[in-house]
Amino acid sequence: MRVIEPIWELSRGLARTFLSLFEKPVTVQYPEEKREVRPRFRGRHVLKRYDNGLEKCIGCSLCAAACPADAIFVEAAENTDEKRFSPGERYASTYEINMLRCIYCGFCEDACPTEAIVLGDNYELSFTDRRDAIYPKEMLLEPVSAASLLTPRSVEPGVFKRSVPAMKDPQD
Amino acid sequence: MTKQFTLTIDGVQVTVPEGTLVVDAAKLAGIDIPVFCYHPKMEPAGNCRMCLVEIGRPVLDRASGQAVMENGQPKIQFMPKLETACTNTVSEGMVVLTQTEKARDGQKGTLEFLLTSHPLDCPICDKGGECPLQNLTVEHGPGKSRFLYDEKLHFAKQVPLGELIWLDRERCIQCARCIRFQDEVVGEAVLGFEERGRSTQIISLSEPGFDSVFSGNTTDICPVGALTTADFRFGARPWELSASASICSQCPVGCNTTLNTRREAKAGGGIVVKRVMPRQNEEVNEIWMCDKGRFAHHYAESQQRLVKPSIRQAKASWTDAFELVTKNFESSRSDVVVLASGRLSNEDLFNLKSLADGLGGRSILYTDMGGGDLTALVGVGQGTDLGKLGKGDVLLVVASDLYEEAPIWYLRVKQAADRGATLIVANARATKLERFAKYAIRYANGDELKTIAGLHGDGKIAQEFANAQNAVVFYGGDGLGLGGTTDLAPACAKLLKDTNHIGRANNGLVGVWQRANDQGAWEMGFRPEADLASALKGRVVYIVGADPAGDDPALALALKGAKFIVAQDILETLTTQMADVVLPAQAYTEREGSYTSGERRVQRFYAAVPVRGEAKADFAIAGEIGRRLGLNMENGSARITFDRLAANLKDFAGLDYNKLAEVKPQWPIVGRGDLYYGGTTYENKQGLGVQLSTAAERGETVSLPEVRKDSALRPKEDELLAVPVTKLYDLGATVSSTGLLCQRIGAATISLHPEAAKRLGLEAGMRVALSFDGLGGEALVKIDDTISAGVALVPRSMGLAVREPVSVRVQILAEAKVN
Repeated sequence: MRVIEPIWELSRGLARTFLSLFEKPVTVQYPEEKREVRPRFRGRHVLKRYDNGLEKCIGCSLCAAACPADAIFVEAAENTDEKRFSPGERYASTYEINMLRCIYCGFCEDACPTEAIVLGDNYELSFTDRRDAIYPKEMLLEPVSAASLLTPRSVEPGVFKRSVPAMKDPQD
Repeated sequence: MTKQFTLTIDGVQVTVPEGTLVVDAAKLAGIDIPVFCYHPKMEPAGNCRMCLVEIGRPVLDRASGQAVMENGQPKIQFMPKLETACTNTVSEGMVVLTQTEKARDGQKGTLEFLLTSHPLDCPICDKGGECPLQNLTVEHGPGKSRFLYDEKLHFAKQVPLGELIWLDRERCIQCARCIRFQDEVVGEAVLGFEERGRSTQIISLSEPGFDSVFSGNTTDICPVGALTTADFRFGARPWELSASASICSQCPVGCNTTLNTRREAKAGGGIVVKRVMPRQNEEVNEIWMCDKGRFAHHYAESQQRLVKPSIRQAKASWTDAFELVTKNFESSRSDVVVLASGRLSNEDLFNLKSLADGLGGRSILYTDMGGGDLTALVGVGQGTDLGKLGKGDVLLVVASDLYEEAPIWYLRVKQAADRGATLIVANARATKLERFAKYAIRYANGDELKTIAGLHGDGKIAQEFANAQNAVVFYGGDGLGLGGTTDLAPACAKLLKDTNHIGRANNGLVGVWQRANDQGAWEMGFRPEADLASALKGRVVYIVGADPAGDDPALALALKGAKFIVAQDILETLTTQMADVVLPAQAYTEREGSYTSGERRVQRFYAAVPVRGEAKADFAIAGEIGRRLGLNMENGSARITFDRLAANLKDFAGLDYNKLAEVKPQWPIVGRGDLYYGGTTYENKQGLGVQLSTAAERGETVSLPEVRKDSALRPKEDELLAVPVTKLYDLGATVSSTGLLCQRIGAATISLHPEAAKRLGLEAGMRVALSFDGLGGEALVKIDDTISAGVALVPRSMGLAVREPVSVRVQILAEAKVN
């Protein structure tokens, strides 16, 4: 008994190992291969746009207020019809996130009244200089598919009349 | 003694004087009744209905007038409906309930109504974060509205009421605080309501829009984000701002302010002043400030700022600059002239005076107004508060347009007149204050002294002045230069002394100086010089905080003849361009110090933003030069400099920075969490300042200089006499570097009497060339029938160097309409 038990246990373990030879491997050949992130993954922030390409961000700075790491700096300015960034009166003229400070808690997302800032699925952040860790608005803004969707742009006067764009209650 | 009433509010007993409003009594008891339209500085209006409470009064027996008792307690009868706490005055035995279900229901319902058309655009609203409507909705409001979202009333976006103030009509809750402020407090009804019902909106009744120098205050007391300033539009969120206490450096009132600072991307991530807010000091500015003080702070961040010393226009190090300055001062000791202005702090002026005295040189105050030695003798006594003057008191304003020269004094004097004080305005022309005066004396230019002399004796006005409980005299330089004011001050002082209105609180002489700390300069021993040009010629001149070359071509010429010029300033000026050595000084926002206001109140200001470049504080530069010359002077700490100053000057004896920083409770209570009560004015936690005692108060013998019978300046036959007057918004560096206020500056003008204009063939709006004293300039003609025929008014600091009354020749250039 004393001899058989360890051999039995050993072969049981080796059998498990042998069987896994025929299983689908979990290893991913990163960076050549990338695994899809979970739906609620909190990665690098993205500043969203409306379908017409105008920015959702209104520069209200509530994300900066909610940020527990003080990683966000926002400055606002006023839209004009000649130089329009967002549908309302106000847009973020400066929007910076210090990615070294950010703890990816997602409070900014929760605080945002226009669902402009969203934690995306990009987790590949690396810098060779601390200063590169501060992402300006140009880096955070969602890319557009066509040049006509870029901001700022000149629009017909009288189209955007409200101080804030009409918003639905946020859905989860 | 007024009758005292005891009442119970939510179980708390409080005793208050008769006539107190329930809302104020509750405030004293530490209970906050929510309000929107009520403001403690204004008459109650009762139009927002937010302060609904249950009020019960004891039942009185009709026959005996005694309270009916029930179970040993007075029987209280409650009104069947809720009452407004802001319109009901207290009565004996009153019981107020603010937290009952009925009261809360009333408040909740009111908020639901107020929010029916509110856009709820808090995220982009400048008021968001310090908004009474926001705060009260969180505290008292309903979670949901029963009104239909789609039926919200929409107006077009924000509209400018004037250049400075924006109106968002959707956010307005029609509390009328702004309208009432302009009507009651300022006395300029430039705002009004238009339309009815839900379409009610605020409009500007003036041209240009919202034409008042107090317009910024309406944004402080607006309980929603309907009125916001153009200057701070989208500037920052209120919670992101840091606050530092400061003193306004624009005029001798010395308004207490708070500088709100924040990092700014435009400034390369540096900390800048985002807005200036009033800070409560009930004896100085109450909770108000003027638009110049509020908006003209950008000069400290101007591109023209000097940031490095220079020697003959080439950048140099401090060491080299100090060495060169010291060498020149050393070699010509008694030939050194220190020319300083009232822009500097007490500490700066004390060190500069010590330096001048140590060298045996002269110290000259750069000003066009005299008489500061007399305000130290017979100035207003300790504890003076214009807000306490009323029935039985007299205020005399001579040769001063307070609205343009010291707006908050205008406001306070006007309110004293409203309370029943006798206001006497004596001037050579009509001023805005005249409307509130019981006696408006219009004298001919040159008759200033005769007018004051006429207030002695048996005349009706003279009698009223002599019999007044308290009397304060404001004198200024409206239409007068250094000579005229130097003659006027003793006349005013003598009037006060003869009627025994000196040496006590609320009595005495106040100079309406041109700069914030002119009074302080006089205290330090600086004196003006009538013939400045010849005092500068051939000397080693140390010019601090002044631009004589830019102000007056004659002085520029005199400076060309100076041996050596050291100019110390914060901005590049014509004088610094002429200087051999330029020393960059720190702006008042970057350093500590203290100013002495026109009422001789010494008040501290604190550093708010980092120092620009290599600039040093004025007192430190003077102290360093002094040390290098072997004088015992302080070159590092403002506090120590002030201690030395206090040890040397009798009037400042016993004062130190801690004393200046003392505070006491003030009414109305502002700055707590309940911003809806007093507005967004900051609570004063950093010091109310200390008023200096006068010689008369200390019981010293007051010997006044001889009063001259007549000052020589009056228009001669067939001659036009140009006299200087002050404009609030002029071409001075403080205003012209603020884009917003620039729009209100307007063109240089010359105001003439219709007859004089007719004689010269001039019409309003014509462009004319002026020549005086070998100088020239251009101006637009304005017609004003309140001035004397032989006189032309020329505004100061508008490019025309009329500093003293001077004969002027006018020539037509071209016709252009003035708007």
